[in-house]
Amino acid sequence: MPEMRKDSPIDTLNAAEEERALYDFKDEERDEDFYKVDEGLTEDIVRQISREKNDPDWMLEFRLNALKVYKSLEVPDWGPPIDGLDMDHIVTYVKPKTKMQASWDEVPEDIKNAFEKLGIPQAEREALAGVGAQYDSELVYHNVRKDVEAQGVVYTDMESALTGKYEDMVREHFMKLVPVNDHKFAALHGAVWSGGSFVYAPPGSKVEIPLQSYFRLNAPGAGQFEHTLIIVDEGADVHFIEGCSAPKYNIANLHAGCVELFVGKNAHLRYSTIENWSKNMYNLNTKRAICEEGGTIEWISGSFGSHVSYLYPTSVLKGDGSHAEFTGITFAGRGQNLDTGAKMIHLGKNTSSFIDSKSVCKSGGISTYRSSVEIRKSAEGAKASVNCGSLMVDSISRSDTVPAMDIRTDKADVGHEAKIGRISDDAVFYLMSRGMPEAAARAMIVSGFASPVSKELPLEYAAEMNNLIKLEMETG
Amino acid sequence: MAAELLKIKGLNAGIGEEGILHDIDLTLNAGETHVLMGPNGAGKSTLGNVIMGSPVYGVSSGTILFDGEDITKARVDERAKKGIFLSFQNPLEVPGLTMDAFLRSVVRERTNGPLKILKFKKRLEEICGLLDLDPAFLERDLNVGFSGGEKKKAEIFQLLLLEPKLAILDETDSGLDVDAVRTVSKGISIFKEQGGSLLIITHSTRILDALTVDRTHVLVNGRIVKEGGGELVDDINRGGYAQYA
Repeated sequence: MPEMRKDSPIDTLNAAEEERALYDFKDEERDEDFYKVDEGLTEDIVRQISREKNDPDWMLEFRLNALKVYKSLEVPDWGPPIDGLDMDHIVTYVKPKTKMQASWDEVPEDIKNAFEKLGIPQAEREALAGVGAQYDSELVYHNVRKDVEAQGVVYTDMESALTGKYEDMVREHFMKLVPVNDHKFAALHGAVWSGGSFVYAPPGSKVEIPLQSYFRLNAPGAGQFEHTLIIVDEGADVHFIEGCSAPKYNIANLHAGCVELFVGKNAHLRYSTIENWSKNMYNLNTKRAICEEGGTIEWISGSFGSHVSYLYPTSVLKGDGSHAEFTGITFAGRGQNLDTGAKMIHLGKNTSSFIDSKSVCKSGGISTYRSSVEIRKSAEGAKASVNCGSLMVDSISRSDTVPAMDIRTDKADVGHEAKIGRISDDAVFYLMSRGMPEAAARAMIVSGFASPVSKELPLEYAAEMNNLIKLEMETG
Repeated sequence: MAAELLKIKGLNAGIGEEGILHDIDLTLNAGETHVLMGPNGAGKSTLGNVIMGSPVYGVSSGTILFDGEDITKARVDERAKKGIFLSFQNPLEVPGLTMDAFLRSVVRERTNGPLKILKFKKRLEEICGLLDLDPAFLERDLNVGFSGGEKKKAEIFQLLLLEPKLAILDETDSGLDVDAVRTVSKGISIFKEQGGSLLIITHSTRILDALTVDRTHVLVNGRIVKEGGGELVDDINRGGYAQYA
């Protein structure tokens, strides 16, 4: 819907950015500046990362401990294969040679085409692809921040939070919800994390506009091991949006981010993500929320791109009467194996959770819906509803559904519905008979299928997601 | 003589090896209203679908000319853009796609240059008025949960919005109550007054009461067995199809 794109954050950024790109050049780093890469992740490397980031001592200790845990854990073997990751040389993912990123010519064709079709200007394309000058949208970002600052809301990058007056708060929460021994990639994250966002909303604050991390996607190291920590205090209300429709390209094709969301008593947090990773990416992201009494977490999630994804946002409903909703769509095309879903853990009484998950697969893509709903004995009066639908665009693609439920009290109300379908040829004929070309007709059907997600997104993001679906449907 | 809008010559079509339509010749001039009648299973809907270009059916021989152009091999969307419209007997449901978004995409696809949003919205309101539809109708997902009458009204809505040259109405009156038939007939009359041509597929005649029929074709077992003027409709009402078998 072109007329909507006017409002898109992509367009509003242009002018400032192009100007900057003219003046902003980065010195190319020389090969000898780097550690040797023919070894595993060492203490020296972790210490160096910590030094470069001016970590407080406790964070260095944290990283070193995470490194030990990392070395003790095995790579998960229960999901899509990740043997394409070179675990023996993990350090190549941790410290990519920037020299390798420095050429536009080396950016894969499909990424360039996607930028083209999404109408992203050249300067920004290069920045997003990691080959251009780092662009600094501090100005735009600052204006957003002023509005929320008036309410006492803190929105900053993790590094600043770590060394500023919120250090204690960070220390109290950092990787407490996702402990480093959760799995191997959580441990890796703990050891080498860099970049990300920190949000603190004080009691009773209400942020009308969504906080968008989009502007700082290209902070150094962001988009690979970034850490997002959001704390919404009692009665506060926040909407946080991460990501954008542009494909994120990184020469180091491992993403192991971590998101921790703390939702206080009667607080409300909506966390929306649109992710579009390049098709060589291993996306092993861990996202988790915990809700106190009467708190609500809403996840809106659109997962596009990547070669392999493991993604199961988890909600821990600790407080009585807390509530979680997950609404998500995953789109798996050629060469993609996306294993996504959600986890709900009910601890408190009268807690409720709702999962509405959609997946689309085409051109041989594999999409697996994997969810787990746990209702503990303490969660009397809990309600859970799981609804998952899969749409296969052709007969060579594959869709699996793996819903697990573990209910430990008989005082719970649980519902589950799963549907797997194909695009109906009759429906395509119907839309074509009104003048829509075949690809557009199919895209309309898929967009309709995805509408439970796009309906929940702000207009410009919804329009971008529909463009993305159109693009995915057009390419083979 | 008026210009030939649709000209079908020696058409044979079917599914795979199975022939359904045999040696069909049919000419419809611009501005005319034709009726295609016949018993169930005669191939009436098949003919409508073949004219629209449904991929379900294959044409083994013969040609279809539209506005003087051979469209026998044209894609469905190309035929639509040239001005052919098929009102479906069973319109398909598309969950998540609102009527409004659907109509907008379709009109944008068929319009050169930018869509004039205000004019478009005004037109939607007008048509809602003509067809006794609450504008909230446009917020609903395309055909999802529509009653039989609503589905047919939605088809006529699209007919009035898209203003094709030829409308093929496949059993548009079947299963409708008296009020719905009246509304649908009103829409069809408006289309006709605007100069539209009609090929009406039906096995009843209720929808024809308000229309002047120029020509009637009787299809039995995939062949046109009888042709005549509007009076043929009355003959069929009296004597049924057996007389042509």
